[in-house]
This record gives sequence, structure tokens and C-alpha cells, in this order.
Amino acid sequence: MSYTAEMRESIKRVEATRPARLSETWPMMSPAEKKEILEKFHPDYIREGMREIRVGVSKGQRMPLELAEVMEGHSHLRSDSLDLEQIDYDTDVLVIGGGGAGASAAILARENGAKVVLTTKLRFGDANTMMAQGGIQAADKPNDSPAIHYLDVMGGGHFANVPELVEALVKDAPLVIKWLEDLGCMFDKEPDGTLVTIHGGGTSRKRMHSARDYSGAEIMRTLRDEVRSYPEDIVVLEFSPAIELILDDKGQCAGAVLKNLETGEHLIVRAKCTIVATGGSGRLHYQGYPTTNHYGATGDGVVLCYRVGARLAFLDTMQYHPTGAAYPEQILGLLVTEKVRGLGAQVCNVEGKQFVNPRETRDVEASAFIRECVERGKGVRTPSGMQGVWLDSPMIDIIHGPGTIEAELPAMVRQFGRFGIDITKEPMLVYPTLHYQNGGIALDVHGRTNVPNLFVAGEISGGVHGRNRLMGNSLLEITVFGRRAGRAAALQAKEVSLGKLTLAHLDKWERELKEAGVEPKIVSPILLPDYTRKVR
Amino acid sequence: MSEELIPIYIMGKQYMVPPTLTIMKAMEYAGYQLIRGVGCRGGFCGACATVYRLPGDYRLQIGLACQTVVQPGMYLAQIPFFPAQRAAYRLHELQPTFQTLFTLYPELMRCLSCGTCTKACPQDIDVKQYMADAMRGDIHAVADRSFDCIMCGLCAARCPAEEAQYNIAILCRRLYGKYLAPKAKHLLERVKEVEEGKWDAAVEELKGLSEEELRKRYNARDIEPE
Ligand SMILES: Cc1cc2nc3c(=O)[nH]c(=O)nc-3n(C[C@H](O)[C@H](O)[C@H](O)COP(=O)(O)OP(=O)(O)OC[C@H]3O[C@@H](n4cnc5c(N)ncnc54)[C@H](O)[C@@H]3O)c2cc1C
Ligand code: SF4
Ligand code: SF4
Ligand code: FES
Repeated sequence: MSYTAEMRESIKRVEATRPARLSETWPMMSPAEKKEILEKFHPDYIREGMREIRVGVSKGQRMPLELAEVMEGHSHLRSDSLDLEQIDYDTDVLVIGGGGAGASAAILARENGAKVVLTTKLRFGDANTMMAQGGIQAADKPNDSPAIHYLDVMGGGHFANVPELVEALVKDAPLVIKWLEDLGCMFDKEPDGTLVTIHGGGTSRKRMHSARDYSGAEIMRTLRDEVRSYPEDIVVLEFSPAIELILDDKGQCAGAVLKNLETGEHLIVRAKCTIVATGGSGRLHYQGYPTTNHYGATGDGVVLCYRVGARLAFLDTMQYHPTGAAYPEQILGLLVTEKVRGLGAQVCNVEGKQFVNPRETRDVEASAFIRECVERGKGVRTPSGMQGVWLDSPMIDIIHGPGTIEAELPAMVRQFGRFGIDITKEPMLVYPTLHYQNGGIALDVHGRTNVPNLFVAGEISGGVHGRNRLMGNSLLEITVFGRRAGRAAALQAKEVSLGKLTLAHLDKWERELKEAGVEPKIVSPILLPDYTRKVR
Repeated sequence: MSEELIPIYIMGKQYMVPPTLTIMKAMEYAGYQLIRGVGCRGGFCGACATVYRLPGDYRLQIGLACQTVVQPGMYLAQIPFFPAQRAAYRLHELQPTFQTLFTLYPELMRCLSCGTCTKACPQDIDVKQYMADAMRGDIHAVADRSFDCIMCGLCAARCPAEEAQYNIAILCRRLYGKYLAPKAKHLLERVKEVEEGKWDAAVEELKGLSEEELRKRYNARDIEPE
């Protein structure tokens, strides 16, 4: 699947300008230029892409259209669809979502004396956590401190973050790295045991810990193996997404209705405490963007929590990664790591000319790519009608010496090589891709929501990162808050007494929809994206 | 989609699909809404192991559905679940020795060194070699060599000795990470400091600052050089 003739023409122009570009640095934008380009081109600022939600406790908050539509959907169930006395699993703690946050929560809940049911939509571990390559932040070097980390997180989040949550994040960070090591995670180390740490976007100290190219996978598979070590205390249900939360007659969260994806059967879990850790929503393809996210990232958890009255925070901000693969089609939207730019690859348009410094922040860089393609018409067209700009990877070997690309970017070389593109010799075509849900359900430092006995942890939550997450802080968040929620839920479960289970909130929801004049077009949570007979 | 469509056979049924698609996208194009056999869609999770055969070739081939492009006449089926055994253990009760591996996975020693697993691995891991490392009790070598394993199960699916290679591999990686890897002293020190509350006051102070003051401090940060 190598490049088309037309694309090769453009590549020739990239090659022609390369010698001159090697000694050319494109100027960084001034604060005023940044502001302007963001407001004009960043998807978060596109007015037509957002609207207010018309029902529920956080009525009036803005969010992407596609999310609002899912949030305002009908339930899969009616309040009288099921006999809630027929309980399939009765447990102390129910964890919904088998990613890094859910697994951490399950482990800590068990450690604190709870019987746990962990249910997940796909296979246990088929999750965004598995895909993280870059790394996890923690201030554990002598020249660094939780306070310095705190400042970086706040600045990255445009100072909108909830201070107590950031405090928990940065203070727990070293403890979490130690915890993961004790569970057998293999972080990159010097021979004397010193952890290898590097910079990430927005860090003032080198505090990004990695496990080769597979940081998230290493954490995920380790946590998953640990969960599986306690089958008598933690029941794991796969291919069984939650489709609605259950309340009791005192208004407390009391478990969930699950759906067996294979048989269609409904399962009722009664739980004294429920932790929702269902991750993000990239597969809703806001404004038509491709995504880096795994197949199950459809925003189910925010829908479930919102329907029982949990408050929202910062759902009007999403993170778009500037360098998603735009070609070949087989890997459309997939993450091209920031390291490619970090190593010196420049960005060029169809004419082989630079138009932005490759080291601008993610949001500014992404906006510049969009402007080049959409406003200036200088993008490179692909056969499927997509556009993209060139990321001139071969420069890396010219700058740092032959073999650098293979040594530093093996996963990328493998990824493109599978489809006949040799990134050591040819540039990569990239375009911004939907990467991360910055906001979600509001929580306190123990993961508690405003609904009694309902907790959240991980990408589903909102507040830790304010308006923008820094790379490496979400693997940290999922372990920090997964652990906190797991522990708090287990302890709280000892005090909880549940009343009669009910789905009466669904009637209330339908009434509200009607009163607001909302006529939902869909049933939600949507569980799986619909890609049938399409190419996505 | 202007290209000609090509025929593929999904579990025996013919479908016409664009030739540029991966097996995964071709199945969706054909009308499947995938439930099993799909996860990250990017070669990281190992959910999409697939067996296929090409016309005129008796050999079975295998690959990841999200990373393999369709070919005309391809016959395919997914093996999204492989019932390999995971031994019952709790890491903190184990010792990082050959004896542990052998006790938990006695079938380890039945490996024939045939190399089928190595040929099957979509991550280009020398599975046969890490099994040999395991038989020698070299836990570090197994951990290192198997690091890129995505636990797709293709090696186990093809193994004549019915080994659960990838489960042995993760056991070794965890044993290495916990017991054998050199300890990070700076980490242990920092953990102690945090537990003793050494950094509480500094963070508390920042928490109390106005946004304006915080901005000032942020802009005045000194950045550790590359
Ligand atoms: C390609 C990529 C690279 C990244 N790189 C980095 C990085 O280098 N550093 C970093 O810090 N962060 C990175 N991130 C972000 C980070 O990986 C995620 O934000 C984080 O792992 C989310 O963890 P989680 O446990 O909250 O959600 P997930 O890991 O996504 O897990 C959620 C789980 O819930 C399940 N689920 C969904 N709906 C339901 C339902 N209705 N019922 C039951 N289960 C359900 C899902 O199937 C999934 O298994 C990256 C993300 C991506 C996509
Ligand atoms: S396929 Fe099985 S028997 Fe053959 S080398 Fe691999 S593990 Fe050993
Ligand atoms: S070692 Fe086995 S399970 Fe791991 S990636 Fe290779 S084939 Fe898949
Ligand atoms: S879907 Fe994850 S490896 Fe193919």
C-alpha cells in the first residue's frame, strides 16, 4: 500500500526542500497568534460542534454534539423491564470497566476486605490503557518534587484543575510507581536501578517513566494478572457491559444491569458500592475526527452516571493529538508518537514547505495542521478523500545518524512497515486525531460522586486535568484514583445498607426529556460503534 | 472507494470488499458488527488473532486482523478466545526460581523446540527461544525477550506440546520486575518522604495561591535541560 503517484509527486517536493530545511527553524507563535489560531481552528472552539445539554443535573453545560446526543438518549430498559429481585450477583463492590482504573480499583477493594465483581464490555484489558506508549509521570528524582509536579499539572490544565485532586495525583505518584513495581511492572532502568525518566510535553523536570514502547500494556497486563490471582474474591465478567445503574428507594446507587453481549441476557448485580471506570469516548468521533482510542471507547460511563444524577465537569474539552496517521487507510487515526517530532522531524505541506514549528503544544500544533488543510488548501489528499500534512521522518536519521529511527521508534517502523511504508526513507502523512476526554464525571479525592455509593475513576472523570491533560498524567490518574476509589468503596461498603432496588429514575429521565422537548434519536449507552458497511 | 472489489471468504461465505482494507475493516465492510476479536485496532491488545488460508496453498497462516490486509480469495476465521491455562498463583508468595516455573507450569519441559510458535508470533518474538530460556530457569532472559508480547495466543494455538507460552512469559516478567530488577533507591526515598509528609507544606502553599500568583510561578519555572 505504498503512496499513490500524486502523493509521490508531493514527496519529491518534500525531498527537494529538505537540505535547506535542515538548517531552518520555523518561528514559534506569539501568545496572540496562538490564541487566534486556537479560536479559529481548534475543534473545541468550533461553535457549531458544541451545544448545551438540555436535561439532567448539569443542564446547560456545553459538550460536543455527538456526546450530547448520546447523553440525551433513551435507556435500553424501561423501569418495569426487569424483575430486580432476581439478583444474579450480590457483592460489596461492583467495578464497571476492565481498564487500568478498574483493575486498580478491584485490587484495592479486595485488599480492603471487599468481595468484588469486575465487569467489562470487551476482553479484560481491551482498553485505552493497553495502548499508551509514552509513559507515566511521577516526581521521584532528587531534583523534582510533588510541588513542582503540581505546578506543571495546573499550568497544563490552564489552572482550571481542582486543586485537591491534583494534590492527590502528585503526592500519590511515587507511591503508585512503587506499587506497580511491587506487582512486577518492568519500568526502564539504569543498571544501578535508577529509573529512566524523560521529558514529556509541559513537564519542567524529566519525570516520564516508561516500559519501552509498551508502557500502558505493561501496566495493564500486570494489573490484569494480579486481579486474576484472586478468583475467589474478584469475579471477572467479560463481554458484559453495564447498560444502566440501579438505585435503591433511598436514592443510593445499588449496582447495575449488565448485558451479556453474546446471548443478550440481562444480569442484575446488587452492590453496596459501585465504581464506574469505563474510560473515554474517542469512538464517538466528535466532528468526524478519527481517533486513537480502542473500540470500546464510546462514553458509556458518563451516560450511566448522568442518568442517576452525577454531575459533569469539563466535558466541553477534548484532546486532539496533532499526529494521527492519515495514510495508509488501514491505520487511519492511529497515534504517531510525539517522539517523532521530538527527534527533529519537521512538518511540511503539499508543496514541501514548513508552516509551523514542530514543537508547539498539542492544541496549537493540531490547529496549525487544520488551518493548512482546511483554510489554505495546502494539505495532501489521500484516495479516501482525507487530507494530511507530511511529517518528515527521514530527517531524523540525517540529523542523528543512520539507524536512529529503527532504534528509537521500533513500534512506528513496524506499524507503517506492515503496510509497505518505510518511514526511514519516506515521510509520514498525519492529521489531528481525537485522543482524550479531558473532562467527565465530577469526583472528590476518594473518587466519590455526588450520588451516594457511586464512585468514578480514570478517563471517565473530570477535574484532575482541568481543561487539558499532560501526557503521562493519565496513566498516573487511573492508578492513583483507581486505588483511592477501590479502597474508599470497600471501606464504605461496610457501612452501607441497601433498600429496595429500583429503576424508577428511568421514568423520571423520560419525563424530563419530554418536558425539555427532546426527542432522542438513539438508545444509549451505545456500547459498540457501528462500523458495518462503512470504512472507518 | 473507486477500486475494484475483491472476494474474501469469512467463515466460508463470500463477500466482496475493497482490497485496501485490513481483515478487521473488511469484516465490518461485509456487515459484521464485531463483538469478539476486536480491541485496540492498532496492534497492541492481541484481541484479533485470525487464521486464514490463501487459494492454492494448503498452509494455514495467521495474523492480527487489525494489522493484516485482505488478499483476493482469502479464507478466514477469527480465534478471539484461546482457552489456555493460567496457573493459580499469588506473586508475593513466589520465589524467582526455575522451581517456581516448573511447579506452576510442569508442561514447560515438554516443549519440543520445534519453533512453530516463533513463526506464528505477529510481534516477531522468538518464542521458542524464550521457552528455552525458561527451561534453563533464566527468568531475566524470558522477561527481556518476551517483552513485546501482546498475549494474542497465536503461539499457543499452534503449539504441538500445548504450552501456554505467553502465560509463562508474563509470570517471568512479573517475577523479574518484583524480585530481580535492581531497586530504585531514589524512589524508595521519595516514597518515605511523601509518607512522612515532607512535601505537604509545599503543596499546601501552592494550593492556597491565587490563579494570578500561580501563573507567575508557573511562567517562572526553571526547566530541566534535555
Ligand atoms: C493510543 C493512546 C496512547 C496513550 N498514551 C498515553 C501515555 O503515553 N501516557 C498516559 O498517561 N496516557 C496515555 N493515554 C491515555 C491513557 O491511556 C488513558 O486515558 C487511560 O489508560 C484510561 O484508563 P481507564 O482505565 O480510565 O480507561 P480504559 O483503559 O479505556 O478502560 C475502560 C474499560 O471500560 C470498558 N467499558 C467501556 N464501557 C463499558 C460498559 N458500558 N460496561 C463495562 N465496561 C465498559 C472498556 O471496554 C475498557 O475496557 C493514551 C491513550 C491512547 C488511546
Ligand atoms: S511451538 Fe510449542 S513445542 Fe514448539 S517450540 Fe514453541 S513452545 Fe516449544
Ligand atoms: S508470544 Fe505468543 S501470545 Fe505473545 S505476541 Fe507472540 S504469539 Fe502472541
Ligand atoms: S485489535 Fe488489538 S491487536 Fe488487533
